[in-house]
Amino acid sequence: MALEIALRVNGEARSVTADEAAPLIHVLRNVLGMKATRFGCGAEQCGACMVLMDGKPTYSCSHLAIDTAGKNVETAECIGTHPLYDAFLAEQAGQCGYCLSGILMSAKALLDRSTSPSRDDIVSALDPHLCRCGAHERIIRAVERAAATLRGEAA
Amino acid sequence: MIPNALPLSLTDNPRLNQWVAFPEVGTVAVRTGKVELGQGLLTALMQIAAEELDVDISRIRLTSGDTDVSPDEGYTAGSRSVELSGGAIRLVCAEVRALILEAAAEQLGCDVADLAMEDGRVTREGAPTNLDYWMLAPHVDLGRQATGAAPAKAPTRFRVVGSDVPRRDLPEKVGGAPFIQDLAPADLLHARVLHRPRIGARLVEIDEAAALKAGGGVVTFHRSGDVVAVIGEDEAQVLAAFQRLRERARWEGGIDLAPGDAEAISLLDRPTAPDRVVERGTLAGTAAARRVEATYSKPYIAHGSIAPSCGLARFEDGRLTVWTHSQGVFFLRASISKALSLDIQAVHLLHHQGAGCYGHNGADDAAFDAAFVAMARPGRTVRVLWTREDELGVAPFGAAMVVRVSAGLDADARPVDWTIDIWSPTHGSRPGMNGAVHLLTANALEHPPVDPPPADVPDGAGGGASRNAFLLYDLPHQKMVHHFISAPPVRTSSMRGLGAITNVFALESFMDELAEEAGMDPVAYRLSLMSDPRARAVIEAAAEMSGWNEEPPEGFARGFAFSRYKNIAAYMAMVVELSVEEEVRVSRVWCAVDGGLVINPDGARNQIEGGVIQAISWALKEQVMFADGAVSSNTWETYPILRFSEVPRIETRLIGNPNHPSLGIGEVSQGPTIAAIGNGVARALGARLRHLPLTRERIMAALLEG
Repeated sequence: MALEIALRVNGEARSVTADEAAPLIHVLRNVLGMKATRFGCGAEQCGACMVLMDGKPTYSCSHLAIDTAGKNVETAECIGTHPLYDAFLAEQAGQCGYCLSGILMSAKALLDRSTSPSRDDIVSALDPHLCRCGAHERIIRAVERAAATLRGEAA
Repeated sequence: MIPNALPLSLTDNPRLNQWVAFPEVGTVAVRTGKVELGQGLLTALMQIAAEELDVDISRIRLTSGDTDVSPDEGYTAGSRSVELSGGAIRLVCAEVRALILEAAAEQLGCDVADLAMEDGRVTREGAPTNLDYWMLAPHVDLGRQATGAAPAKAPTRFRVVGSDVPRRDLPEKVGGAPFIQDLAPADLLHARVLHRPRIGARLVEIDEAAALKAGGGVVTFHRSGDVVAVIGEDEAQVLAAFQRLRERARWEGGIDLAPGDAEAISLLDRPTAPDRVVERGTLAGTAAARRVEATYSKPYIAHGSIAPSCGLARFEDGRLTVWTHSQGVFFLRASISKALSLDIQAVHLLHHQGAGCYGHNGADDAAFDAAFVAMARPGRTVRVLWTREDELGVAPFGAAMVVRVSAGLDADARPVDWTIDIWSPTHGSRPGMNGAVHLLTANALEHPPVDPPPADVPDGAGGGASRNAFLLYDLPHQKMVHHFISAPPVRTSSMRGLGAITNVFALESFMDELAEEAGMDPVAYRLSLMSDPRARAVIEAAAEMSGWNEEPPEGFARGFAFSRYKNIAAYMAMVVELSVEEEVRVSRVWCAVDGGLVINPDGARNQIEGGVIQAISWALKEQVMFADGAVSSNTWETYPILRFSEVPRIETRLIGNPNHPSLGIGEVSQGPTIAAIGNGVARALGARLRHLPLTRERIMAALLEG
């Protein structure tokens, strides 16, 4: 059954119609046309589809769209203005780049909590994410760099 | 000096304007038949073009993998793109620059030696002229054949090549730019295609009514033979219908897929083609004082791209357009046209980037799936996205292999004879290879194309199972016996490194075993058998970087390995430091690589180090499993790969001489990584594990035996 859902996406109020069984990723990608959230497995096992819901990392492939009513969803479309963007480019932190949208969201959630995460904190935050190209170390360095920027330290 | 011999890509596509044109003032159109797979190739090719044309890299507009306009450069594979496409672009751009300067000299009535090019504008003795590429190009015949005679730049004059130019595609990708999976033209139709769970299975029952209901009553179906597609406007409904269809589909027959077939060693029980024997060198005549023999294996492994494969296609007015992340758009065009009985001129393929690609995955098959559905829905753009289960379950696998090495040793434990026996199915079943169509869904149609019997990648093309079967060490005699398995239980094809993965693992493990026989340090033993100076240089560099001669920290062991990929690409030596408790944990890695002239050192490091991490994952975790007549390792839970918490620190030194030609580095690190881990584990445990993956169960078994 199709339902009307009012939510905020990257701070902006949106109203969408979606089936009660539709996952959030379907609404983001196919209803709102926001393709930065990537599909990887559909089973909460790779992290490619990670978004933030009221600041908390959430698998959009399995989270029902109707459960986002009244919540604020953040997606990788919002990352261009965050220090993470420049940090990932400075470290050339990626090969194919497909896993990055999800990783950026988990990294943002971490940095929203603390601008001084330890290496272990970063690794724990990113451990739900798979990267098949092997860019892990660069990605960790990029998160460290973004944290330094947020602390006001020169990179 | 880097020679000016014409690379294959240029002899195949000899006209200058197949590669470079100036259709728009201020930009340069450069075309390549090679494609971006996540490896950063396009940035490297743009660097080469910018360097030789003397234009800023931002002026380069690179078209890649479009069968209507790109030069046909075959597959993007084998770590040869910089050598072949880069080599062609380098010579073509140098020649175009020279021709344009000659035309300028004629117009200005001056000596060409007085002229130079600065960001596309002609200067005369350092002062600007009113001439540039865009004014002069219409007056120069760029349709002429490349000669390779124009002098390309000497490395001392490089400004762009050899520097860490940031990836040109990354800013957009980090910003969410569309991969092929994200394309959504306005007339899009979504589709999912049901695939056979095993080779040759027949679809005996489907429940279309149940699938239709699950799809909200609005999806449609298209069937031919054992293929069924679910089609609709709404992706969620199509997926729901497809999942129901798949649950209720009943399959019969097909190739037997028993759990034990997942063990590589079961290859020894399969029929083989007649042995193929290749020998190098001559037996010295010295009698062996003793013999050493060991058998190693690697199971079937999955590509595991992070995105499921995807294809888009549109059929209209008798013409089929296909968007694909294939590695070989020209070969795929030929296979699609043959399977669908279309004139090849009526089929247009365009490459669009997908997630990281490490070989022949589901990309080609997904493109055909989309084409199959598009033919039934003319006038609409059809998008087929595979499921994760199909990506890990029915895409081609990296071939399982068994390798037995046997050597006769003299009194000093130096080899006097040497035999490698290799059991493997094919590493080459890409579309077009061996003259076959090679498309999953095409082979399940009501009227499938007739493919010739399988064959492996020929030695002349780098070899499949035979890749790196021969060693670079100073051995008087080497013999390879290739036992080709023509009917493996699953489809196998090219995966990053092909046979080199297992051969280098086996041979470099065996080198350590021989060093032990000789009572020598593994590095010293290797050096005692190696006269190639570039090989010696990387071996010595890796040993020095890691402090090989000092003891590792308490609780850690180190392993060493060397290889030159394909014996013609880059040289690499490496050391891993690891600990073994219940599981192997690699904590540090040191790599020394000689790839000759490196176009983009940071890009090269990214490839080498990414390859190390991927190979650690293969070595420690990965094995395709079978159950209930199908691949059961078709989720990330059942096919785990290395995670952030498991990656080591890696240090890489590039020691190549820029005056040497570029040597491929994209697949250099996989074989050595696995061998170095095997050697480290042997030192840590005092017992050698010769069968991949090096899991907790195998470690416990070795400890119990030991």
